[in-house]
Amino acid sequence: MQIFNMGISNASRIEKDVVLQSKALIDESDSANCEVRVENLNFYYGSKQALFDVSIEIKEKGVAALIGPSGCGKSTFLRVLNRMNDLISGTRMEGRVIIHNQDIYSPGVDVVELRKKIGMVFQQPNPFPKSIYDNIAYGPRIHGVKNRRQLDQVVEESLRGGALWDEVKDRLHEPALALSGGQQQRLCIARALAVQPRILLMDEPTSAVDPIATQRIEDLIRDLCQNYTIIIVTHNMQQAARISDYTGFFLQGEMVEWAKTSKIFTKPEDQRTEDYITGRFG
Amino acid sequence: MKDIAAKRRVQEWRGSEIIGFWLLRFSLILVLIILGLIILDIVIKGAGVINWEFITTAPRSGMTEGGIFPALVGTIYVTLITIAFAVPLGVAAAIYLNEYAVQGRFTRLIRMSLRNLAGVPSIVFGLFGMAVFVKMFGFGPSLIAAGFTLGLLTLPVTVTAAEEALVTVPRAYRAGAFALGATRWQVVRSVVLPRAIPGILTGTILGLARAAGETAPILATGAAFFLPFLPDSVKSQFMALPYHLFIMSTQHHNLAVVRPIAYGTALVLVALVCMLNLVAVLLRKRYRDRVEKGL
Repeated sequence: MQIFNMGISNASRIEKDVVLQSKALIDESDSANCEVRVENLNFYYGSKQALFDVSIEIKEKGVAALIGPSGCGKSTFLRVLNRMNDLISGTRMEGRVIIHNQDIYSPGVDVVELRKKIGMVFQQPNPFPKSIYDNIAYGPRIHGVKNRRQLDQVVEESLRGGALWDEVKDRLHEPALALSGGQQQRLCIARALAVQPRILLMDEPTSAVDPIATQRIEDLIRDLCQNYTIIIVTHNMQQAARISDYTGFFLQGEMVEWAKTSKIFTKPEDQRTEDYITGRFG
Repeated sequence: MKDIAAKRRVQEWRGSEIIGFWLLRFSLILVLIILGLIILDIVIKGAGVINWEFITTAPRSGMTEGGIFPALVGTIYVTLITIAFAVPLGVAAAIYLNEYAVQGRFTRLIRMSLRNLAGVPSIVFGLFGMAVFVKMFGFGPSLIAAGFTLGLLTLPVTVTAAEEALVTVPRAYRAGAFALGATRWQVVRSVVLPRAIPGILTGTILGLARAAGETAPILATGAAFFLPFLPDSVKSQFMALPYHLFIMSTQHHNLAVVRPIAYGTALVLVALVCMLNLVAVLLRKRYRDRVEKGL
């Protein structure tokens, strides 16, 4: 117990240091509920640098949106957070990424556990070519859940969480690929929920679906952010304005500005942010 | 003026288009004619001797009468051993190459070796099999030595086909599974392989069909001129259809008499290979239907 307490006090001391360092960056920072903290992140694909000295602190719960023109590094940044970039050969990073007080790039971190804790939804809905049920049950199954009743329960809960249950409850064993694009994307969200993550990363989750489906997904994101920390990359500034609490603006691998969404969209501090959100480029 | 020039250009283009089209079509027809002639020749000259007895009895009277049963069984046995050896090895190698290995100089070297292996004449495989499986491993001339040799021969085909099938599995599926915390093996086993199996099967069967008809690799590794009994273990020698055909068409002391038997043997061999190919086509169709249904 004593060791445990020491761990916490150590952690909070480190947090305080960092808060001091990054005070200029974040307004109203509150170290107690910090979920993700990135410090001086540089990221390279081979010799090409994709991210330059990015630092950010994302709070627990709520929606953080990352905006910026194509190729600005926002998706790369997102994939740093669940170490999906590990799968690309020739990538290299510097800096620290601390999630739940653990440096996720320190040796000995179990990537499987990490990705279980941090769900991800992709740009193109990517349900597996399996049934709706098997898609949702995939995560729990690979993590060792075998009990049929338990799986049934997880499937129902996750589909409810993904706001899809009512539409599919009578055809759970039909192919997931028969669903519409928007439904497939909500299925992918539900699939991510099934492993009980704490953070959800979304990489332009609505760019491949129609406006009505987009709205349903946005509503869903607002619901989910009561219980999950959601970090969403979006191409669509209006979307960021509608659904996020905090917004980060990326430009050419640099994070230009990170602030409350209301502030970014009304009185941004950086001229480049203003130019971007007023549509002068991008 | 301009109009006329444009019109002429269109006409010229159409002209060369039509010529090109007919050249292509003619090449295809030529291929079909050649294939048709070969099969027709074999069927006409071989069908006469085919009957139940030909399929189910052994050669008699100095191989001038009787059937080809031991050769048929030998070919089936040796093909089964080839499958047992080459398919797991080939698929495993393909999985390693495509899913595990870091792409670079080493994987390029492996792929280059595979391509070269595919170009090695089959008689060289035969000699290698004799040196390694028959002598070094001490299998002696046997089903297992010949099966392994044929396995080596089909390995490049199997690996390449399996790898192609793996490559066609969309990356998005892998990413989805990884993002849920799946290990690499879980991704391969539960997402990639189910999707790649049709392609793997098709390619593999086509490779096997090729191997089943090979003569040179089994010549020195276990195929026998004549055996009055069936092989009773993997260490036994065996008769095989392609070798039997070779004997009946070039080595027999009375070639004129056994010519119909040779054609009958050829017909059975071709039918066997066609059947294997047909199985490949049917399997592919069945799996493709399943994939289209999304299950």
